[in-house]
Amino acid sequence: MGAPFALELKGITKTFGSTIANKDVDLQVKNGEILSILGENGSGKTTLMNMVSGIYFPDSGEIYVDGKEVVIKSPKDAFDLKIGMIHQHFKLVDVFNAVQNIVLGVNDGKKYNLKEAEKRVKAICDKYGFVIDFSKKIYEMSVSEKQTVEIIKVLYRGADILILDEPTAVLTPQETEKLFDVLRKMREDNKSIIIITHKLHEVLEISDRVTILRKGMYVGTVETKDATEQSLTEMMMGEKVSLNIKRTEPKNPELRIDVKNLSVKNHEGKLVLDNVNFTANSGEILGIAGISGCGQKELLESIAGLQQTVKGSSILYKSKDGEESQLVGKSPKEIRKLGVALSFVPEDRLGMGLVGNMDIVDNMMLRSYKGGHTAFLERKAPKDLANTIIKDLEVVTPSAETPVRRLSGGNVQKVLVGREIASNPTVLMVAYPVRGLDVNSSYLIYDLLNKQKEHGTSVIFVGEDLDVLIELCDRIMVMNSGKITGIVDGRTAKKDEIGILMTKNTDREGKA
Amino acid sequence: MFSLITFLHRAIMQGIPLLFGSTGEIMTEKSGNLNLGIPGVMYIGGMSGVIGAFLYENSLSSPSDAVGFLAVMIPLLCCALGSLLAGLIYCFLTVTLRANQNVTGLALTTFGTGFGNFFGGSLIKLTGADVPSVALTTTSNFFRTTLPGAETTGWFGKLFLSYGFLAYAAVIIAIICSYFLNHTRHGLNLRAVGENPATADAAGINVNRAKYLSTCIGSVIAGFGGLYYVMDYANGVWSNDGFGDRGWLAIALVIFAIWRPNLSILGSIVFGGLYIVYLYVPGALRTQELYKMIPYVVTIVVLILVSVRDKKENQGPASLGLSYFREDR
Amino acid sequence: MSNKKVREPLFHVAKRGYVPKYKSWAIRLGSIIAALIVCAVVTMLLTGENPISVYKTMFEGAFGTERKIWKLLQSLAMLLCVSLAITPAFKMRFWNIGGEGQVLIGGLATAACMILLGGKVPNALLIIIMLVASIIAGAVWALIPAVFKARFNTNETLFTLMMNYVAIQIVSYFCMYWENPKGSGKIGVINSNTMDGWLPTIGKYDYLLNIIIVLVITIAMYVYLKYSKHGYEISVVGESENTARYIGINVKKVIMRTLFLSGAICGIAGFLLVGGTDHTISSTTADGRGFTAIMVSWLAKFNPIYMILTSFLLVFLDAGASQISMVFNLNESFSDIITGIILFFIIGSEFFINYELKFRKSKKEVK
Repeated sequence: MGAPFALELKGITKTFGSTIANKDVDLQVKNGEILSILGENGSGKTTLMNMVSGIYFPDSGEIYVDGKEVVIKSPKDAFDLKIGMIHQHFKLVDVFNAVQNIVLGVNDGKKYNLKEAEKRVKAICDKYGFVIDFSKKIYEMSVSEKQTVEIIKVLYRGADILILDEPTAVLTPQETEKLFDVLRKMREDNKSIIIITHKLHEVLEISDRVTILRKGMYVGTVETKDATEQSLTEMMMGEKVSLNIKRTEPKNPELRIDVKNLSVKNHEGKLVLDNVNFTANSGEILGIAGISGCGQKELLESIAGLQQTVKGSSILYKSKDGEESQLVGKSPKEIRKLGVALSFVPEDRLGMGLVGNMDIVDNMMLRSYKGGHTAFLERKAPKDLANTIIKDLEVVTPSAETPVRRLSGGNVQKVLVGREIASNPTVLMVAYPVRGLDVNSSYLIYDLLNKQKEHGTSVIFVGEDLDVLIELCDRIMVMNSGKITGIVDGRTAKKDEIGILMTKNTDREGKA
Repeated sequence: MFSLITFLHRAIMQGIPLLFGSTGEIMTEKSGNLNLGIPGVMYIGGMSGVIGAFLYENSLSSPSDAVGFLAVMIPLLCCALGSLLAGLIYCFLTVTLRANQNVTGLALTTFGTGFGNFFGGSLIKLTGADVPSVALTTTSNFFRTTLPGAETTGWFGKLFLSYGFLAYAAVIIAIICSYFLNHTRHGLNLRAVGENPATADAAGINVNRAKYLSTCIGSVIAGFGGLYYVMDYANGVWSNDGFGDRGWLAIALVIFAIWRPNLSILGSIVFGGLYIVYLYVPGALRTQELYKMIPYVVTIVVLILVSVRDKKENQGPASLGLSYFREDR
Repeated sequence: MSNKKVREPLFHVAKRGYVPKYKSWAIRLGSIIAALIVCAVVTMLLTGENPISVYKTMFEGAFGTERKIWKLLQSLAMLLCVSLAITPAFKMRFWNIGGEGQVLIGGLATAACMILLGGKVPNALLIIIMLVASIIAGAVWALIPAVFKARFNTNETLFTLMMNYVAIQIVSYFCMYWENPKGSGKIGVINSNTMDGWLPTIGKYDYLLNIIIVLVITIAMYVYLKYSKHGYEISVVGESENTARYIGINVKKVIMRTLFLSGAICGIAGFLLVGGTDHTISSTTADGRGFTAIMVSWLAKFNPIYMILTSFLLVFLDAGASQISMVFNLNESFSDIITGIILFFIIGSEFFINYELKFRKSKKEVK
């Protein structure tokens, strides 16, 4: 037996209510190596690492650091064990500068002296090649600068085990390169680094070993030098499962939406949609596959009129009578009037689209309350609609007057999707409509989408389960980092083919 | 005839209770607690001090027996204790029980004002005086003892030396608080709690403890403002509602000083001056009433300017008024 | 393996999911009872009376005579009116703590009309002018912070708070400007001979008209918040500004419109106080109602019908505690202390409605 592992997890299990986030997961990290944790969205990567960094507490299982069993109850415990995690959502105080954020909460028994601290921070910077501007406040910094501050913060506390959650998601290719250089230097310094990611090329480029998780379960660990994109995709995606979703042939498809040169920039000025071109037809379901956060949300919101698009973008809408109209520059209200409906299920479900403290009837009215000629609300129609949805979609609720906040996640989604469909749209956009739903409810939603398709609606469906996309959609468009990497036929598409389109490095090929 | 020295002297006298109040409120707000109970806390602090002084004076057989040390320390300790308890009530409700800060603060102001006036009224009845006030001249004399040379150094003495020790304490406390917030580890941690409690929590700072400590210490500081008003400014005479709306003015001063205790020192003199400027303005008595609203108007203007310029450093703490619950994140 | 350190604290706090209505009201009722017991103990300590007679005294103070009952109803109506006024703003999560100032300015507009126009226009017209003037004055006073909130996101809590004191000073100024008799610094009863601009009384009941008007406003506000499109928009903006934008609500417009309404009703409260009750104005005409109303509204969960109950509770406490202080020869501020204690209890009780304490399950180590 050689030296003990820097960090070892044995049989870690964590459940949230009835959902199992991690089941019986093992993991080992050696000193001076970079380990990738690879898995799809929701495969339990972040949850697992949160248990190492003291955010969550495991239901069962053991954690060993340097061969000794430890109990990590809080971030402070993790720091004491020299474990530091860089979260996807930075934990920084906006009005402080870098050094102030770095020393925050550190009590090393020495005299409080920011000048001294700055010297130590500089030493860390010099050692690993970071560049930061000490005079800037956090709110003046770019995302990559903020990330640098987070990493230094962890190093300043003397961490030997660094966990980075999707560190490249917010970085440009050049910034990513720089980050990887730094990580390699840390490896030379005998630090252990864990990267959570779903980007295959990064895994292959930076890590020594890869641990793969799927649906909360441990799949296996391989040496990177023995792995290929193909083999990793297979481990990540698993066997093809047959779902038996019925799929009809599209009837007289007509052009509904024609997107040309669509680009969108986020707050930092980074392109989140980069020159997107595609069409959507009536009577078909167009699937959109991709790791979440690759521009799906911005794409749908652009069509719904909720996003500011870059100049030159064009979204043409063609009505049943063949009338064409440009959606760019129209208000959300005008676009809805044309019959374009958006049902976006945001990550927190109740963020947009539904009001948690209102009952189902009142939530039905969100779209329609302005109708009628009096100053008063018309609750009869929404009430009927609420009852229809409750009956047809089997919404489990004490009554139509129950606040939606009290419904379970799946039922909230049924209410939201049901309302959007009820408006009889010509274009129906849904994002993650089955997230968190059980099998039966999921099939209910698929049926609904199929019915819409048969009615001649153009359905755009953003999903995360490739098996479902392949069985449900007529065409599948794959997005990767704001770009479209391919459009495949749902009837002939292979899962690993889509998987590679989802994860391959678009930037590098663009440059080549 | 207008004398600048006299005017400044009086403005400072007026400003000291405001300085105590606003320093206390700044410390409180830096932890993210918007304590609208500060006016009540100042009443409680003042009254607690009065009760202590009253009991001490009555235990003496003659005023000349009074020992300076006790005459000062007893009201000070009583005042600190009273306002500490008021701060604890606020903290327990808003931090431990996560109640709405605005409602809790206003209830504390109702309670505190009532507390002050009730015991004030009761003491007045006990003394059986004809005038509706309690006079604690003996104690007040100790509080009003000025620095040596106040009388002999002319304008210099009048302007800088002729105040009771609490006035100097107010300035020193404000400077200490300013230093604490900007130049110490705990000050940095406290500011982080007020800005972004989730980040502070993740960095290993005990958020609830920071909120309790800063709010309670803030309350004690504000309470001294009430005590200064009775013992020094009002010459030891407590009359009900005499303290007036100074508590709210202290909260206004927090905004005027853009949450900086050192600016608060200057601000308190400005506010004190604005508070009495009506006495110096010629014209009908009634126009004085209009001059009295200047401090509030100035505060509103500062509030607007700060929000229009939207410069992050000049805003109040980002999570001001919100309670923190770790599992919300 | 056996000697594991304590893994979880003894108990931890968790958000409650669904709480049935009866349970939440039971918790609130429980807290009021607990508060009353504490108050009784405090009163006993101060007076040496037994608690039964303390409560009896309180009851007498509130309902002892017909006049006291009318007085109670009048106070109830005025407190309720101000509470109704600030409720739409609160429902929108706009902390309008400037009710005091808005009432005063409304009252000042009323008084100004009475003084300047009394005897010059027919009485009915005068009353209409007074009403309109008070509504506009109150509404504009509330609109100022709303505009800055909508435009620059200026902190409305502090802004409205400051506006109160500006209003108080303006009223003080006019009290001296129109002082009567000269040198008193007070306005005195306006038009005491002609009774110009005095609201008519119904039969021999001085306060009945006020009470009826407030009752009508209560019902109207209930309907407005629950059944009108405006009310619906207020709820959506208050619950989630993101959702409001998403469905195309003009949030800025809703903020300004709602505050206009809020101030307008405060203006009406001032109108009723000056024109219907006091027939004069001073800087204490609003009498802290702008602040008390915040608790009334908040305790009633912004429901106008429940607000009748909560404002009754506060008015009853006030009247009852005043009686105690009179009978037992205590200071009249006693009622503030009692009110404060009861409020602390009710405010604290909300915690037990929204959160629950989960005690650590005694986990057995299965090996």
